[in-house]
Amino acid sequence: MNIHEYQAKELLDKYGVANSSGGVASTPEEAERIATSLSGKNLVVKAQVHAGGRGKGSFKNGFKGGVHLCKTPAEALDLASKMLGQTLVTHQTGADGRLVRKVLIAESVEIEKELYIAILIDRATSAPVVVASTEGGMDIEAVAEKTPEKIHHIAIDPLLGLQPYQSRKLAKLLGIPATLLKPACALFENLYRLFIACDCSMVEVNPLVITKSGDIRALDAKFNFDDNALFRHPDILAYRDTAEEDPREVEASKSNLNYIGLDGNIACLVNGAGLAMATMDIIKHCGGEPANFLDVGGGANEQQVTEAFKILISDKKVKAILVNIFGGIMKCDIIAQGIINASKAVSLPIPLVVRLEGTNVDAGRKLLAESGLELTTATDIADAAKKVVAAAA
Amino acid sequence: MSILVDKNTRLLVQGITGKSGGFHAKSCMDYGTNVVAGVTPGRGGETFESKVPVYDTVMEARAQTGCNATMIFVPPPGAADSILEAIDAGIELVVCITEGIPVIDMMRVKAALQKSSSRLIGPNCPGIITPGACKIGIMPGYIHNPGKVGVVSRSGTLTYEAVWQLSSRGHGQSTCVGIGGDPINGTSHLDVVKMFNDDPNTEAFIMIGEIGGSAEEEAAEWIGKNCKKPVAGFIAGATAPPGRRMGHAGAIVSGGQGTAQGKIEALQAAGIEVAATPADMADALLRRMKRG
Repeated sequence: MNIHEYQAKELLDKYGVANSSGGVASTPEEAERIATSLSGKNLVVKAQVHAGGRGKGSFKNGFKGGVHLCKTPAEALDLASKMLGQTLVTHQTGADGRLVRKVLIAESVEIEKELYIAILIDRATSAPVVVASTEGGMDIEAVAEKTPEKIHHIAIDPLLGLQPYQSRKLAKLLGIPATLLKPACALFENLYRLFIACDCSMVEVNPLVITKSGDIRALDAKFNFDDNALFRHPDILAYRDTAEEDPREVEASKSNLNYIGLDGNIACLVNGAGLAMATMDIIKHCGGEPANFLDVGGGANEQQVTEAFKILISDKKVKAILVNIFGGIMKCDIIAQGIINASKAVSLPIPLVVRLEGTNVDAGRKLLAESGLELTTATDIADAAKKVVAAAA
Repeated sequence: MSILVDKNTRLLVQGITGKSGGFHAKSCMDYGTNVVAGVTPGRGGETFESKVPVYDTVMEARAQTGCNATMIFVPPPGAADSILEAIDAGIELVVCITEGIPVIDMMRVKAALQKSSSRLIGPNCPGIITPGACKIGIMPGYIHNPGKVGVVSRSGTLTYEAVWQLSSRGHGQSTCVGIGGDPINGTSHLDVVKMFNDDPNTEAFIMIGEIGGSAEEEAAEWIGKNCKKPVAGFIAGATAPPGRRMGHAGAIVSGGQGTAQGKIEALQAAGIEVAATPADMADALLRRMKRG
């Protein structure tokens, strides 16, 4: 799940991680009020969409740039009125762009030095690790590639947490001056506290800045949350903005289906994440392009399977559907009944290839055979892939 | 012979009175697994299927029945605690089926596990089966046959696929281990690979992996240097878009790490026969065995 920049700022504020002052506005007048409260400071007005590349993007109304500097409340009002309610197109949004519903008005600080810090779970050690670099404000993967010696790792004992000496060590590795040692350590400790308390899988501050006025601040923060832990964070779950997501994925999530939209034209409905990935792979191997990842899971009922089918059919790019089920917990007759129900609810305008194996396979095949549905059966996964690719061509 | 489970396994089921816990406990019993006890806090004193005693705590179940393995079906909010309870009671083999445990909870479990003598399989896994002897988990028992090929995998349904291919070609399985699709798990590919290498009844094995992390690469490196048995492999997720979690919490390519291509190359460099498609897993092993 992704969150907006202003929501990230709210989390930083809540955990006492120093960042730039400001607020979020839904109307130009609100933007003006926030700018007034920051009076005398240099300001930045930023369109709030999940996509990157906002600064270089442009609005469909012709206005250029989703990030602008300004000085006065009047300017902030003017900029906000040009962004709010408008559609911003960046290199990450696609041609459709994203509707801007909120803008962030924040103090624009003068930067002395840009640094980088992130906390994530290291799978190899099953523990958190802090990644830090003096090369902030840049693409950290490029830094790691070209100058790996400039990337520092500090392993955290999951039972102890980040210790004060580790914060001091981090500060030294980042070349933070002695006068800023205390606020820097406080920032690191609060960031770690936030990371654990919010069940993050990653928090990345880039850049972490030392300002010309001698402060240390998290200027931009990205969060990844552990989806498995969202059940205990209703406040974070409330940050979800479905307007920023693929509508097919939003629809699927309502039925608790694991769906990821892709660009191809062969839809697949599979049980199990591994088999679902492998099904996409074999479609590609046979010369086709998968339209989606869809794992209906082990516990799906007929209703969910029916919903899954509706989502697949609603995708106008889709030219054929492959159902690939190896029943374990999932019973083949449940899948078969779901397909039959879905085809009653919505007519099936495109070819359907079905491969069933595993638990209750005979009952499932019988249901399909007696349903009178027009479909192609496949004997195994290779046969299924060949048939669906041919059907979509 | 086999690894981890056999006829002597005495199984406890944590969450036995729940819907899926009960369903799969029953299916394990039908397969022939010796289910000796169940645990559901607050339900102590009941019996399951009119013969298996239910206890409030693992400690009691262990003391009363001498169970030496447990299968956990407790929902995510309490699952990590159930694993810790099993470790505390000294259960040798802990198999956690539960999907959706927060990673920070698993991080703490892993730390506790390292100080114990228990082995954890999973979480978010189909379980483990030694065909004809003992099934602990949710896999369809009937597709398996006793034999000499081992299977280790992060994915449930891909394991079934491999087993099905092996069985239809006349090759039975020694033990099949589903290690689970989470980023932090109890037993790695490498752990199981070493056990297969040492097991006299396993003559060859299939290692199934997927995008994310580096567990497959580590296992491959060890196989290249130390393994005397034929190995085939398959990696799922070559077409997965980077940065997206593909169903399994651990199946994600991030920062260019954990790609299918990187894993396939590591497997090939170790002399593992890599299946070109998921339909080719058993045949890949047969090719590798023929090559000697």
